[in-house]
Amino acid sequence: MNNGLNTLTIRESLEGLRNKEFSSVELTRACLDQIKKYNSDINAFLTINERAINEARRADEARENGSDSPLLGIPIALKDMFLTKGLRTTAASHVLENYIPQYDSTVVQKLKDAGAIILGKTNHDAWAHGSSGENSDFGPTKNPWNKEYVPGGSSSGSAASVAADMTIASTGTDTGGSIRLPASFTNTVGLKPTYGLVSRYGIIAMASSLDSIGHFTKTVEDSAIFLNVTAGNDPMDATTTKNKIPNHLEDLDKGVKGFKIGVPKEYFTQGLDSNIKKNIEGAIKKFEELGAEIIEISLPHTEYGIACYYIIQPSEVSSNLARYDGIRYGNDRTRFGDEAVRRIILGTFTLSSGYYEAYYKKAMQARTLIRQDFEEAFKKVDAIISPVSPTPPWELGEKVDDPLKMYLSDVYTVIANLAGIPGLAVPSGFIGDLPTGFQILGPQFSEKLLFRIGHAFEQTQERKVLEK
Amino acid sequence: MKIDIKHVAKLANLKLKDKDLPKFEKQLNEIVAYVEKLNEVDTKNVEITSQVTGLENIIREDIPAPSLTQEEVLSGTKSKHNGLFKVKAILDSES
Repeated sequence: MNNGLNTLTIRESLEGLRNKEFSSVELTRACLDQIKKYNSDINAFLTINERAINEARRADEARENGSDSPLLGIPIALKDMFLTKGLRTTAASHVLENYIPQYDSTVVQKLKDAGAIILGKTNHDAWAHGSSGENSDFGPTKNPWNKEYVPGGSSSGSAASVAADMTIASTGTDTGGSIRLPASFTNTVGLKPTYGLVSRYGIIAMASSLDSIGHFTKTVEDSAIFLNVTAGNDPMDATTTKNKIPNHLEDLDKGVKGFKIGVPKEYFTQGLDSNIKKNIEGAIKKFEELGAEIIEISLPHTEYGIACYYIIQPSEVSSNLARYDGIRYGNDRTRFGDEAVRRIILGTFTLSSGYYEAYYKKAMQARTLIRQDFEEAFKKVDAIISPVSPTPPWELGEKVDDPLKMYLSDVYTVIANLAGIPGLAVPSGFIGDLPTGFQILGPQFSEKLLFRIGHAFEQTQERKVLEK
Repeated sequence: MKIDIKHVAKLANLKLKDKDLPKFEKQLNEIVAYVEKLNEVDTKNVEITSQVTGLENIIREDIPAPSLTQEEVLSGTKSKHNGLFKVKAILDSES
C-alpha cells in the first residue's frame, strides 16, 4: 500500500523530513513505487536511477548529522537533456541511446549539492523538438489526466511525472514553450526563467540564444524554492548573469494590491479557443478582486513571433546538431528522427550562402522589434497575463503529420524566448477532464515578482490532485 | 523560395531515403512559405538581437583546472586506437 508521501510538495516534504515524520528513504521509495505502478501506462521515465535509495539513505544520514541543505532528501526527476555523470542521457533520441556522460551539468551538480535525490531521467520530444511529446524516439508520453491526450511538449515526461505524483518536482528546458505548455496541459506549475539566469552548461543544446533552464513543481512556492538552488552565474556558461540573485521566496505572500497587470489585446483574437478565453477572463477577474489594476496593452509584432522563431531556432538547431557524427560518442546521423531532420534541413537552408540575409538576419532584426514591444509594455505595467496554448490538449496523433500545425501551438510562448523574459505557467482549472493554465510574463530578471503574482492567484484555487 | 532538399541534406551531412524526399519537400516548403510572412515587417535600420540580455565581451580568468582523463574522453566511442579517436581519412576519400 502506498503511503501517499509522493503526493507531497517540496515544502511539505521538507517539513516532514525536518520533523522526523518520515525519512528520505520512505519518501523516495513512495515515488519509485508510483513510477513502477504507472510508468508503463504513462511512459514518463526513460531511465531509473538504481542508486536513488542509496542516495536517500545518505541524505537521511546527513540530516542526522545536522545538515539542512535546501533540498536535502527531496526526490526529483530530470529531463533527459540534462547530462548526469554515469547515468544514461539520451536526448530522447536513438542517436544517444547508449550515451553515458562523463560529467554532470551545472544544474544537476547544484541540485545534488543541495541534497536532491535523482529518481531518473524523463521522456520528451527528441532533442526537445516538439509541442506534444510525440517526437520522442522512445514513444510518446501520455497525459495522466486522460491517456488519449498529449501532455504537451517538449518536456512531456517531466510534466507528466509531477502531475502523476511520480516525483516531487522535475527539471525542464524551454526554448519556445517546452516547460510552460506541458505545465498548462497537466495542472502543474512551470517556470521558464530569464535567459541566462540558470546555467546551460552540460544540458544538450537546442537553440543556444533561446534555451532557458527551468522546472515543474506542484506549487508556485516550490518553484521559488527550486529556483533559489538553480539560479546564478556559472563560469562555464558565459551567458549567465552576474547579477546578485535575490531570495525568490521573499515577498511571496505580499499579494498583488496596486499592481498593474497588462492584457495584450493581440492575444485574445480568433485563434484562441473560447473555453480557454473564458478561463483566462476568470483569472483576470480574480486579479481585479485581489486589488490589481488590469490594463489593456498592445504587443504589435505578436503575429510575427512564430515566423521569427521558426527561422532562428532551426538555424541554431542545425548548428548544434552538427556535432553528432557518431565519432566521439553516440550513433551516426542516420539515426535522427523526422523532426530533427526537418529542423536540420530548415536551419541549414536559412543559414546557407545567399539566404542568410533574407532569413536569419531578417529574423534577428524582427527579434529586436518583438523585444522592444515588451520593453514598451513594461513601462506601463508590472507584468502581463497571457494564454499558454491557443487550444486545450489535443488527442495523440492529431498533429503528427502536420508539422506547421504543431508549430503554431507555440504562438503564445515563443515570444518570451525571443525577448529573453521569464514566464510562469500557473494552473487555472479544467476544461472537461483536461487541465488548463495561463502564464505570467514579466521583465527580464523579475522572477520574484512572477512568483508573488502566481502565488496570490494560487491561494484562490483549490489544488486538484490526480486520483490514483 | 523553395528548398533544394537534396543539396541542403548534403550540406548538413544527412543521408535521406529517396522515398522520404517528397514528404520532407512538401512539409518544409509549407514552413518556408509561412516564415516568409516576416517580409511584411519593416526592418530597415533595425539592429539585430544576438545577446538578448545585453552582455558583451565576457571573459574569465585563465586558470588551469583538472579536466577529463583520456580514458573518460574516450569512454563513449566505438572507434579508438592507441588511446586516440580513430576516424576515416578526410582528405583523399571524398567522393
